Amino acid sequence: MNRNLIIGLILSAISILAALVSFIWTPFDHVAMNIPAKLQTPNLTHWFGTDHFGRDIFSMIMVGARTSIAVAFVAVGIGMGLGIPLGLWAAARKGSYIDELIMRANDLIFAFPSLVIAILITTIFGAGAVNAIIAIGIFNIPVFARVVRGAAMPIWEREFILAARVAGKNAARISVEHILPNVMNLLIVQATIQFSLGILAEAALSYVGLGAQPPTPSWGRMLADAQTLVSIAPHLALIPGFAIIITVMGLNLMGDGLRDYLNPRTRVART
Amino acid sequence: MIRYTLKRFLSLCISLAVASLLIFFVIEIAPGDPASFMLGINAQPDTVAALRAELGLDVPKFERYLAWTQGMLTGDFGMSYTYRTPVSQMVADRLWVSLPLALFALALSTIIALPAGIYAAARRGKTGDVAVMSATQLGVAIPNFWFAMMLVLIFAIKLRWFAGGGFAGWDKGLGAVLWSLTLPAISLALPQAAILARVMRSALLDVMNEDFMRTARAKGLTTTQTLWKHGLRNALIPVLTIIGLQFSFLLAGGIIIEQVFYLPGLGRLVFQAISARDLIVVESVVMLLVFAVIVVNFAVDLAYAAVDPRLRART
Repeated sequence: MNRNLIIGLILSAISILAALVSFIWTPFDHVAMNIPAKLQTPNLTHWFGTDHFGRDIFSMIMVGARTSIAVAFVAVGIGMGLGIPLGLWAAARKGSYIDELIMRANDLIFAFPSLVIAILITTIFGAGAVNAIIAIGIFNIPVFARVVRGAAMPIWEREFILAARVAGKNAARISVEHILPNVMNLLIVQATIQFSLGILAEAALSYVGLGAQPPTPSWGRMLADAQTLVSIAPHLALIPGFAIIITVMGLNLMGDGLRDYLNPRTRVART
Repeated sequence: MIRYTLKRFLSLCISLAVASLLIFFVIEIAPGDPASFMLGINAQPDTVAALRAELGLDVPKFERYLAWTQGMLTGDFGMSYTYRTPVSQMVADRLWVSLPLALFALALSTIIALPAGIYAAARRGKTGDVAVMSATQLGVAIPNFWFAMMLVLIFAIKLRWFAGGGFAGWDKGLGAVLWSLTLPAISLALPQAAILARVMRSALLDVMNEDFMRTARAKGLTTTQTLWKHGLRNALIPVLTIIGLQFSFLLAGGIIIEQVFYLPGLGRLVFQAISARDLIVVESVVMLLVFAVIVVNFAVDLAYAAVDPRLRART
C-alpha cells in the first residue's frame, strides 16, 4: 500500500460512510424546516450550521453524499456495462468494419460533453437525478470502450491467446475468460477516476438545475441555494464545496494509488 | 498529406451529419408541442394549428430536418419560436460573450500551466515538483463553479475589486469587457490549468528519457539548455493536442460558469430556451457546441499530422 492509496481510501471512506450512515441515522431530519433556527453558523447543536430554512446542514450533507455517490456509481456502471463489451468486441475484430464502426461511434459520443447530453435529455424528459445518471453514463461509454480496446489489442497477440484458440474457444469466450481478467486492473483504476469525475459532473448538473430536484438533497443544489446568500452566510457554500473536494480528491488519490499498487507500469489516460 | 486531409475531412462531414441527425430527432421526440405550449392550455385547436403552420411545424419531420441543416450551412438557423427573431442573431449575440470567455480562460490556463509543468518536470521529485503536483491534485478536485462563488465572495463582495456578476457590454470597450470576464475566466481556467500542467510535466519527463537528450548532454549542453532547446519542442506536441481539446470543453463548460456570474452567454440562452420549449434554439446551440468539438478535433488531428508524418500512415 502506498501513501496516495491510504490517504485516498480514508478520504473516500468518509463520504461513503456518511452516505451509508444517513440511511439509519442523521442528527436531524434533513427536510425538516425550522425557520427560527435559520442561517446559524456551525455550533454544538448544528455541527455544520443551518440553511435559510433552518434545515440542519450536517444532515443534508450526509444525505447529499447518497445522491452524489449513487449517481456517479450508476453512471460508471452504465459506462462499464456498455463500454467494456464494445471495447472487447472492437479489439477482437481489430481492423474490421465492426471495429471501425464502434470507434467512430465512440468519437461521435465524445463530441457530446455530458452537459450537452444532459441539456438534450432535460429538453425531452424534464430535469431529474435520473437524467444526470444517463448523461454522465453515456459520456462514460466511450471512455471505457477506448481503454479496453487499447489494452486488449496487445493481449490478443500473446501466445496464451493462441493456445486458447487452438483449444477451440471462440472470440467471445476468449474475450471474457482471458482478455477481461488481464485488463481488469486498468479498468479498476479508470473506474475510480470516472467515479470522481461523475461526482463533479453530478454537482455541476444539479447546480444548474439539470440534476436532482427538490426535495432530494444534493451537494450541487445546496451550492445553487447558497449562491444568493453567500455574502451573509458563507458556510452555506463552503461546507458542500469541501464535501465535494474531499470526496473527489480522495477518489483521485485512490486512483493514482491503485495504479501504482496494481501495476507499476500501466498508465491510464485521464480524460 | 492531401490524402490524409481528404480522408479526415470526409469523416468530419459524416460526423457532423450524424450528430445533426441525432440532435434533431432526439429533440423532436420531446413531448410537448411548442405551439400549444406558447398559446397556453385554453387555446382553441384551430389557433394552435395556425401557429403550427406559421412556425413551420406542420411540415413532415424529415423535410424540416433538411431545411434546418441546409439553413445552417448558409448561416440561417431559423426563427426562434418564442422571440420571433432569427436564431443566428441570438446565437451570435451570445457568442460575443461565450467565445471571449472561453478564449480568455484558455489563455490563462496555458499561461499558468506550461511554466508550472516545466518547473515541476525540471525539479522532478524535489519540493517544487511535489508542491506543483499537490496544487494540480487540488485543482482537478475543486468544482469550478464553487471556485467561482468563492472568487465572488472574496474579490467582489469583500474586496470590491470586481463586479459580482453581469457583463460590461462591448460598447464599454475591451478593457471593461475583459475586466468583467476576469473572475469567470479564472474559475473556468482552474481545472483545465491543473490538467494541462500535469500533461506538460509528464510529456517533458517522457522526452527527458529519450536518447537524443543524453546525446545533447554529451555534446556539452547544460541540463537547462537541453530542456529548453530539445526537450520542450518535442514535449509540446501532446500539450498542443490537449490545449486544442480544452477549447471546446471550455466553451461548453462556460455554460455553468455563466450561471454563477449572470453572464448573458450561450448558457443563459439555452436554459431559457429549454423552459420556454423553444426547441429550435436548443437544437442550434447544442449543434454549435458539438460542431465546435468536432471541428477543433479535426484541426488538431491535421496539425498533429503536419508535425508528425508517422501519424498520416496510421488511421
